[in-house]
Amino acid sequence: MNRIIITVVGKDTVGIIAAVCTYLADKQVNILDISQTIVQEYFNMMMIVDIKNCSVAFDELRDGLTSIGEQKGVQVKCQKEEIFDQMHRI
Amino acid sequence: MINISEVLETNKMIEQENLDVRTITMGISLLDCATDSVQQTCQNIYQKILRLASNLVRTGEEISKEYGIPIVNKRISITPAAIVGASCCKTPQDFVQIAKTLDKAAHEVGVNFIGGYSATVQKGMTKADELLIRSIPQAMKETELICSSVNVGSTKTGINMDAVRLMGDIIRQTAEATKEQDSLGCAKLVVLCNAPDDNPFMAGAFHGVSEADAIINVGVSGPGVVKYVLEHLPEGTNFEVLCETIKKTAFKITRVGQLVAQEASRRLGIPFGIIDLSLAPTPAIGDSVADILQCIGLERAGAPGTTAALALLNDQVKKGGVMASSYVGGLSGAFIPVSEDQGMIDAVLAGALTIEKLEAMTCVCSVGLDMIAIPGDTPATTIAGIIADEAAIGMVNQKTTAVRVIPVIGKTVGDTVEFGGLLGYAPIMPVNKFSCDVFVNRGGRIPAPIHSFKN
Repeated sequence: MNRIIITVVGKDTVGIIAAVCTYLADKQVNILDISQTIVQEYFNMMMIVDIKNCSVAFDELRDGLTSIGEQKGVQVKCQKEEIFDQMHRI
Repeated sequence: MINISEVLETNKMIEQENLDVRTITMGISLLDCATDSVQQTCQNIYQKILRLASNLVRTGEEISKEYGIPIVNKRISITPAAIVGASCCKTPQDFVQIAKTLDKAAHEVGVNFIGGYSATVQKGMTKADELLIRSIPQAMKETELICSSVNVGSTKTGINMDAVRLMGDIIRQTAEATKEQDSLGCAKLVVLCNAPDDNPFMAGAFHGVSEADAIINVGVSGPGVVKYVLEHLPEGTNFEVLCETIKKTAFKITRVGQLVAQEASRRLGIPFGIIDLSLAPTPAIGDSVADILQCIGLERAGAPGTTAALALLNDQVKKGGVMASSYVGGLSGAFIPVSEDQGMIDAVLAGALTIEKLEAMTCVCSVGLDMIAIPGDTPATTIAGIIADEAAIGMVNQKTTAVRVIPVIGKTVGDTVEFGGLLGYAPIMPVNKFSCDVFVNRGGRIPAPIHSFKN
């Protein structure tokens, strides 16, 4: 298992999750968990995904997600899970 | 499993509160590069640095991208050059050749700085130590990325006052040699007492002789993060809650450094040395140790209570950080440079902070009188006196202290000097005008202090 955390932050618009999920499915990335909240009209989504069978390299996946974010006017970040585990779990 | 609020908290620290890993510093032993020919020694040094550090910058950038955490600097520290060049350098000019080689290697591998143009002379100077020290002004003039340090004292050995006196002259000469750049050379030259062998932070970084052949040391940062959490505490929160909050935050910050250090070590195939638990400010607004002191309850850094507030902050950072990392070392503490911290600059401009108060603050934190611009006509003996005072604080309190003052040639109190980048800018601070000539000109050593009857 090789887990990545994808976060999407920005103004809520139609089709954000659809666009990200479609892209991930296309790259053979398995979604393990999705959660979202809306804070002061800002849409916050977090996905935990497994990139074990991902058909592209991490850099390309990240760049692809960044450009989807740009098209939708939101910020998409893609980070390895360990940074959050390290900070929040002993 | 990680939840959304934890992820958002981490990303907010990075995006809004300036959380970063300040430096990955690769320590490289150059002991095996020494020969009896300057040319051959330089060639060996160049080859060894390129062999070990060619991937350092790329690896740092990869880790930064994959985890989404900025890694601001990638640096190299080396065995004190006075030791490496001892058998081949017969003149200060020979040492300048080594400095130029180091500078060329640093440019080639793309690091921000290379530290270790250094001599450790806390008890006595060898001929080579003295030649290196005398070469510093020229080396600083002719290179760009070299950082130089001289250790003049320690708790175990006392203070080498001959070296202290000499460094007063050398700092002035370095200021003169780089006067076209507002005496920038002095911003890369530090005089230490109790210098650690594994410090990843410049300008005092060098790779001590007790270290392995190569090592990865990481310096963390995050004054902005501590400031943010303290700002959001309810008004009048007591010291217990205040200290717990700082400690927990320091833990989180340091964990990121630990992750980066382990990843860098694994990818480069070089052992992990230490994490330096530091609050290192930058000129960015909010990324300031002085601002934290204000959050703790001071109108300005420098107000009565500043030393106590800083002591508390420093101790909590260490307590939180120690548990977050498997190995801790380096300087480990809150840094209080003036030019690199907007809150400190503001405090100086407001008249709240003086060199004397900064000296008191250095008793309880890392590291010393740091990045302080002083008038260009400050005598060498006065600079030596300032160094002796700081070294005495370090010697007696068994801690690292340092002096990095910049006598800016042609400028005086009321003027401002701009160093650029992370080095920031600084108002020229007044220095006590009374003379210490007779004291610093005595020559010899101050004996090591007694280690009993603590009072």
